[in-house]
Amino acid sequence: MSRLPRFHAAQWDEPVVMEMGRPGRRGQLLPQVEDDVAPLEQLVPAELRRTAAPKLPELSEFEVQRHYLHLSQMTLGMMGVNLFGTCTMKYNARVNEHVTARPELAELHPGQPLETLQGVLKLVHDFESFVRELSGMARFVFQPGGGADAAYTHACVTRAYHASRGELDQRTEVVTTIQTHPCNAATAAAAGFDVVTLPLGPDGYPTIESLRAALSERTAALMVGNPDDMGIYNPDLKRWVELVHEAGGLAFYDSATFNGVMSRVRARELGFDACMYMLHKTFGAPKGGGGPAVGAYGCSEELVPFLPRPLVTFDEATGRYGVETVEQAPQSIGKVREFWGNVPVVVKAYAWVRALGAEGIRDAADLSVLANNYMETRLAQVRGVRRTNPGVDKPRLEMTRWSLEQVREETGVDVHDVSNRMVDFGVDAPWLAHEPWLTPEPVTPEPGELWSKEDVDLWIDVLEHVVEEAYSDPEKVRSAPHNHAIAQVDLSGIDDPAQWATTWRAHLKKRAAPGDGGAGGGAEAGAGAPSAGAEAGS
Amino acid sequence: MTRTAHPYMANSAPALRQELLDAVGVADVEELFAQIPADHRIKGALRLPPPLRSEAELHRHLRTTLQRNVSCEANLSFLGGGVWQHHVPAVCDEIAQRTEFVTSEWGTPSSDLGRNQAWFEFASQLGELLDMDFAGLPVYSWGCAAGHAIRMAARITGRAEVLVPATLDRERLAVIRTYCAPPEVRDHIALVEVAVDPATDRLDLADLERKLAGGATAAVYVEHPTGLGALETQVAEIARLARAAGAETIAGVDPLSLGILSPPGAWGADIAVGPTQPLGIHMNCGGGSGGFIATRDEERYARQYPTLQVSIAPTRGEDERGFAMTLFEQSSYGRREEGNDWTGNSVYLWAVVNAVYMSLLGPQGFAELGETIVRRSHDAAARIAALPGVEVRFPHFFKEFVVSFEGTGRTVAEVNAGLLERGVFGGQDLSASHPQLGQSALWCVTEVHTREDVERAVAALAEVVA
Repeated sequence: MSRLPRFHAAQWDEPVVMEMGRPGRRGQLLPQVEDDVAPLEQLVPAELRRTAAPKLPELSEFEVQRHYLHLSQMTLGMMGVNLFGTCTMKYNARVNEHVTARPELAELHPGQPLETLQGVLKLVHDFESFVRELSGMARFVFQPGGGADAAYTHACVTRAYHASRGELDQRTEVVTTIQTHPCNAATAAAAGFDVVTLPLGPDGYPTIESLRAALSERTAALMVGNPDDMGIYNPDLKRWVELVHEAGGLAFYDSATFNGVMSRVRARELGFDACMYMLHKTFGAPKGGGGPAVGAYGCSEELVPFLPRPLVTFDEATGRYGVETVEQAPQSIGKVREFWGNVPVVVKAYAWVRALGAEGIRDAADLSVLANNYMETRLAQVRGVRRTNPGVDKPRLEMTRWSLEQVREETGVDVHDVSNRMVDFGVDAPWLAHEPWLTPEPVTPEPGELWSKEDVDLWIDVLEHVVEEAYSDPEKVRSAPHNHAIAQVDLSGIDDPAQWATTWRAHLKKRAAPGDGGAGGGAEAGAGAPSAGAEAGS
Repeated sequence: MTRTAHPYMANSAPALRQELLDAVGVADVEELFAQIPADHRIKGALRLPPPLRSEAELHRHLRTTLQRNVSCEANLSFLGGGVWQHHVPAVCDEIAQRTEFVTSEWGTPSSDLGRNQAWFEFASQLGELLDMDFAGLPVYSWGCAAGHAIRMAARITGRAEVLVPATLDRERLAVIRTYCAPPEVRDHIALVEVAVDPATDRLDLADLERKLAGGATAAVYVEHPTGLGALETQVAEIARLARAAGAETIAGVDPLSLGILSPPGAWGADIAVGPTQPLGIHMNCGGGSGGFIATRDEERYARQYPTLQVSIAPTRGEDERGFAMTLFEQSSYGRREEGNDWTGNSVYLWAVVNAVYMSLLGPQGFAELGETIVRRSHDAAARIAALPGVEVRFPHFFKEFVVSFEGTGRTVAEVNAGLLERGVFGGQDLSASHPQLGQSALWCVTEVHTREDVERAVAALAEVVA
């Protein structure tokens, strides 16, 4: 094992901004209008005017800058090694940030005359051709603001498709699997469908028999991810899609885990009617802590009439780009979000494809799967760490799920504790698993194509070290982190209406309330651990 | 692979790749894809344009393509209607570009303390502007926030109807309609339009009372300023009527108006929604959108949020505070299809920038910003209305106002084409979306516009309508 880094996070003891500042300080001055312009009092009726000023901080410009720089320095982000599974932590190229910050994109209004938007329309149009090539789908729309929003888009397209055939009353069910991202089940339900969830079979994916039993004249759609986030690929998927089609349903491929199979599998060639790519994951755009993001939603020719609008068009004869609006598409579901979507994210994804090309994309898939299999060779040697689904003997794709059940049984240290200790070495907390956990004490690293062998080795070294500590000094792990600006957050009151406070004003009121501990008031420590057990993704 | 390593992939260096293959014990990486059946595989190679592997080539290609656009910096723009041109302070841009924030992912409350604190500061400052005690992290857009809020109200009241103003922005309405679902499915929410006074764009209270009388209304959605920019002077009365009918009042507000306009918490709104783009985010061709949801701090509301919420909380250390998710288990992450709507990636980087913006402006900044905008927009409106045949429709407005060209004999399309020739983006054409207004456009004037800008636009308009 290499020597572990002597990491310590910046520790600025930064106040909440609401506590900062002094009366009269200013961070921005505003342009003043000329004296001959009518005064506010004549323009806004008195009864509509604000009487008490908002209690915002009063700070100089530098104080604001310094405060938020301090906060950025107390954000690990992916400053160390971040192998957060299912989120495909890639290099988010700086050149893309520079280019998209230029006024030729940042200062565009989507309502501008189309002749003044030809550059951005071309990029969106050409990027659409790239994802069509990767998926085999007929058209893509970039309006959905994330993977979950693309899943919602599919649920809405499903509604419109069955309504157009007069079958929406009858087709009330969406089928998904327990290993498919929860946003699929959730968006199907939000769109008004009942959800049928298939359990896993003996080979790590649901059996065809369970699918057959779930399908009926009530089936509206299948929404499924593949490979799943244990790296297991469902080899029956083509047959699945056939069965769904025979039942009269649509098949949607949640391609959240595209990184390992890109350039090898096309959703349309497997028979799927629609699919989704996350441009902030697979296509190199940054996560931003959870967006702005894009769930690129693609579909077959048959579903194009139902897509949200606008769609970008190209007229070969004139060489002009344009848009097809909702008004021009009577069967369209309308909109899932205003305007065209997070256009800068689309441009960053375009830039990523151009930077790699077809061979680079193949290399990225190869390297991400190779790195994961390399991880396996070492993780299998770590005490108490076991690969899940031991019966699946073929190599896993871009990630593998591991279980620390033995570590917990032998030491009492659980995966939340391990996560909290790993961050002490500048390594981000790993992805565990979605609720409900199918394996006890899950950990799911995904090395991707960005991280070097040295990074991957460091990550494993840190895990190995923390597991050894669990055996030798479990309290040190349970009380982690020790090298960050604050200790573990006490979550014992986080869901208590008398204690939660999502705003400073609520916090002040509750702290003033009698008999309440409140944040920062020396409340007793609880058994809670940071909520690492959730994915910010999709 | 004998090619040069790619800068985005550390192990693409040929020796490294070989080292990994050797460690895994395979001769060919293809062996690792044995799970994928032969009949699932793509036939032939992908057809994509040749790569631009050097940053110099890539930068040049992107830059020259984007330079085919004409931005609102190059032209003078009066477009609004859901995306608005405001000044973005340089410090906002600096923080928006901090790699720690840009590339962060889930993390833990301790290791990502700074980001979580910034999120809490977003909600805290927004709460002050709105006069509301509970706020979630933002959702995708204003329309999405309104859609979620309506669904919250339906769950709270057990009712399935929402009243909206008849002149609501069509883009936002389309999103709300999606969220309300068609009649064939369960959880459908009926969308009922309430008439507005054509002279003021304010709700017709008699029509509102009629539609509330059925007792089926889950929520009244009212915007102030309205989708057409007008001040809704009757907000307190609307909230009172809604409450009397057992309905929730959802307020759609422009946060930049709240330095001068009474906040929704003060006039009786139950849920406030609105756009976050004005708070320090560039228009980004519509990709700067975000939407907020806020309420009173009551379980009745808190337990219906579909968002992530960050709460301040003690730590296990001495005299320390941290920031962690509250009510996480009611989200779709915690409960799949049993959760409230769904939760996913949103625009959380923008929430950090919104916090910076609100800190920079402070109470006096918001007051002055509101005053500058409302005075500049009225000055512009008066000058535009002085042109022959041109009329400004409503007496009270904030930053957007309806300009009617009916009296000029010109269509908005003709007017805007003429303005474009003169380097001006005229206001949003309402003639198709709001035909009752005839040939009208929604003009937007903000603090970025100077008197010279207004004079230039008016001079251009005078030529075009002459």
